[in-house]
Amino acid sequence: MRKSMRKGHSIAQVAGNGLLDRRALLGRGAIFAGAIGTGAGALNGAAAEPLADGPWSLEVGNVIPPYQRPSPFEKATVRTVDNPNNEPHNSRARTPHHLLKGIITPGGLHFTICHGGVPDIDPAQHKLVIHGLVKRPLVFTLEALERYPMVSRIGFVECGGNSAPLFSNEPIQADVQALHGLASCSEWTGVPLSLLLDEAGVDPKAKWIVAEGADAPHLSRSVPLAKIMDDAMVAMYQNGARIQPGQGYPMRLWLPGYEGNMNVKFLRRVQVTDQPALTYYEARTYSQILPDGRAYRFYFLQEVKSFITSPSPGIKLKEPGIYEITGIAYAGTGRIAKVMVSADAGRSWAEAALQEPRLPKAFTRFRMPWRWDGGPAILQSRAWDEAGNMQPTREQFVALRGQTSKPPSVLGFPSQHFNAITSWAVDGKGDIRHVYA
Amino acid sequence: MSMHRPAIMTSLLALALATSAALAESPNLGKPITPEDLAPWDINVLPDGTGLPPGGAKPAEGAQLFAENCSACHGDGGKGGLGGQLVGGPPKASLDGGKTIKNFWPAATTLFDYIRRAMPYTQPRSLTDQEVYALTAYLLAENKLIGPDEEINAKTLPQVKMPNRDNFIIRFPDRI
Repeated sequence: MRKSMRKGHSIAQVAGNGLLDRRALLGRGAIFAGAIGTGAGALNGAAAEPLADGPWSLEVGNVIPPYQRPSPFEKATVRTVDNPNNEPHNSRARTPHHLLKGIITPGGLHFTICHGGVPDIDPAQHKLVIHGLVKRPLVFTLEALERYPMVSRIGFVECGGNSAPLFSNEPIQADVQALHGLASCSEWTGVPLSLLLDEAGVDPKAKWIVAEGADAPHLSRSVPLAKIMDDAMVAMYQNGARIQPGQGYPMRLWLPGYEGNMNVKFLRRVQVTDQPALTYYEARTYSQILPDGRAYRFYFLQEVKSFITSPSPGIKLKEPGIYEITGIAYAGTGRIAKVMVSADAGRSWAEAALQEPRLPKAFTRFRMPWRWDGGPAILQSRAWDEAGNMQPTREQFVALRGQTSKPPSVLGFPSQHFNAITSWAVDGKGDIRHVYA
Repeated sequence: MSMHRPAIMTSLLALALATSAALAESPNLGKPITPEDLAPWDINVLPDGTGLPPGGAKPAEGAQLFAENCSACHGDGGKGGLGGQLVGGPPKASLDGGKTIKNFWPAATTLFDYIRRAMPYTQPRSLTDQEVYALTAYLLAENKLIGPDEEINAKTLPQVKMPNRDNFIIRFPDRI
């Protein structure tokens, strides 16, 4: 506050190292008055050049295509793929969060993990079977499911292993796409699985379901029946269109707020059981080793989390002045209640503006105006869910969950369900690095 | 803080009531299927042995099968390769890695279930149940979890004592 008053700016500094009042975002003229006042470089200091038409303004444009692709100038806005030659192991594609500004992930940029490639499923031949502890085992076609009452809901899917590089004992130098790119958010539309189970008639002894995909690994996961009857969906549409191949075309299980791997893609079978199957993925892969040698099982929940998407590593701040710090926050428990941002490594915090809509189990976009004075800064965000759960610091988190003894590959998964604070360090040149602070 | 929750619960409850009340008018477009017609897809194996097929095999029957179908990715005798180590490895897993069948897997039934549904990686569902029993027995014996002459079948597989079985904590018990 003192600093900004001394410089005569009209916006109050609300926390250390240049964080400004989030209400400045709503103040229209106020923030621009401040911005002009702080300008030191060419972008907001020098006068504009005389205007001229670009060549695109002087000729007829291109034919309108049946399916519109992004501008050729947006070639960088793509996923990173870690198994481009389809070698016989897992393949992952990560969302470029640093280039996105909303809460909905475009279908082609939604993260994907496949354990045996992406199958080409003929929707006319795809079947969904419900059997096990039910009165009437039933088979549904896609055509049949199209006649069911559907629901739409916006929500995130996050791989249990998203952010796993932050289990490294030393900060791995990578961008937000590499570190946090295994989470995305869509509008999903489909049929509540509870409706289909009601038609099959669930036996009172039932406690679990085992879901299976039609892909090569026939990936299977156990899910408590309580979650299925609460809000599980057989999702067939993603952002209004038929679900993407990498998201499970023609249908996937969607479990709002639960570990990505449980949201079985290419869903073809649901067996109702009295016990979990201890499938490979729940018994081995998605059981998290703890420092004392024991391991968590059935973690399920993606806990409250946030990270700053911009500024972030790879984005250079070219000159001191006003920037918007923005990122996403989400919680498998429900709505995001609050996000705090720090520019001085957590010594002081200010409350970020939360962009509406602020939906349960969905990405929430946060924004914080920041005046960078050209000096070192460490940017952090910290989220709270509506139940009062707080995103932990990394120090608190690794005290409970452990870390590696040497840095792993950035593509490695030392453990899962990392939801602690991420820190980006801005240096005097405006370059940004991943740090632990 | 929890202002939204009652509203959510109420609307979910209303939805649930509407759903059950309307069940008579539910589309009911699922077609009944017999156990025989379901059998080709009915491949889940549960830890108590539910779902295990007839048959059985001793470890020696799996050695040749492993060399032909598995060693290209998992190495000779399962010592590791592109597809991960199946035999040997560190005594304990840690965040640095090293989860193995012997030091981590809680149930032996998982082995049969996973081999049958997902392996070999490039030709899933190409092995017979008998061959899956043989590979399961081979890997359990190579890991010294059963003796070299023990048969693995629907009765014996669920009884194999996995060393790490009691070292798991349910993360959120109230969600189960």
